[in-house]
Amino acid sequence: MKATVHVMLKNGVLDPQGEAVRHALGALGFDGVNGVRQGKVIELDLADGTSEDDVTAMCEKLLANTVIESYRVEMG
Amino acid sequence: MKAAVVVFPGSNCDRDLAVAFRAAGAEVEMVWHKDTELPGGIDIVGVPGGFSFGDYLRCGAIAANSPICKAVKAHADKGGYVFGVCNGFQVLTETGILPGALLRNAGLKYICKTVGLRVETSQSAFTEGYNAGDVVDIPIAHHDGNYFADDATLDALESEDRVAFRYTDNPNGSQRDIAGILSENRKVLGMMPHPERAADAGHGGTDGQALFRAVVGQLTSA
Repeated sequence: MKATVHVMLKNGVLDPQGEAVRHALGALGFDGVNGVRQGKVIELDLADGTSEDDVTAMCEKLLANTVIESYRVEMG
Repeated sequence: MKAAVVVFPGSNCDRDLAVAFRAAGAEVEMVWHKDTELPGGIDIVGVPGGFSFGDYLRCGAIAANSPICKAVKAHADKGGYVFGVCNGFQVLTETGILPGALLRNAGLKYICKTVGLRVETSQSAFTEGYNAGDVVDIPIAHHDGNYFADDATLDALESEDRVAFRYTDNPNGSQRDIAGILSENRKVLGMMPHPERAADAGHGGTDGQALFRAVVGQLTSA
């Protein structure tokens, strides 16, 4: 079974990489990009029976730093 | 007085840190990340700079979950001294021993240069060799040194006199120009700049020497 974890910097935490991407899009002539936030997608290949709670524990312990990041778990 | 310096795969300032501790009079033992215990009789643990585990996932995140870091956390919880430099500071925030986190530099560039640091407090074993307000020249070399914490945490750090060093000219976007912070009991210091790279005349500057002499001296007389 699979799980996908999306990790993003929390709102209010400066994302300089997202800002750089926004500038680069503007330089390429893409107007109207008001903001870019860059995050991570982590795909997990899990043993059957692994629960969403287990994946949440993985996020809390390692995959995300909740001081600066938020995360979202998608099972399956 | 005995210091342990932790070595992770990818550490590259471990020997520099050991040399600086030794020059100040400490006996130093290197410990490997897979060790589950610190050697007996350790007075201070140094967590060195570098790129532990290739900075994969987040800087310091994988190192923070290594076996030796459980022992370092237990040492800190018992009131032991810990000193984290650069990647070591990142490791200490990832373990939760120190508050906050280190983000990518605001300018996105890796910065390697000597910067001015203002000593904000002399009230710690690490900084008692300086006077509050002194400006010292210490090198930085990092890509992720942008100190972040929420306002409540930053206010607490300031009101408890736990900001050890501030940049005189903020190079990386750190909140409130913070370059180094102390734990609540003032026995853990984490800082992005490298005092061990300014600890010998051959380095081109010796402003970091006072830090090592102070903490080693304090722990030797203790």
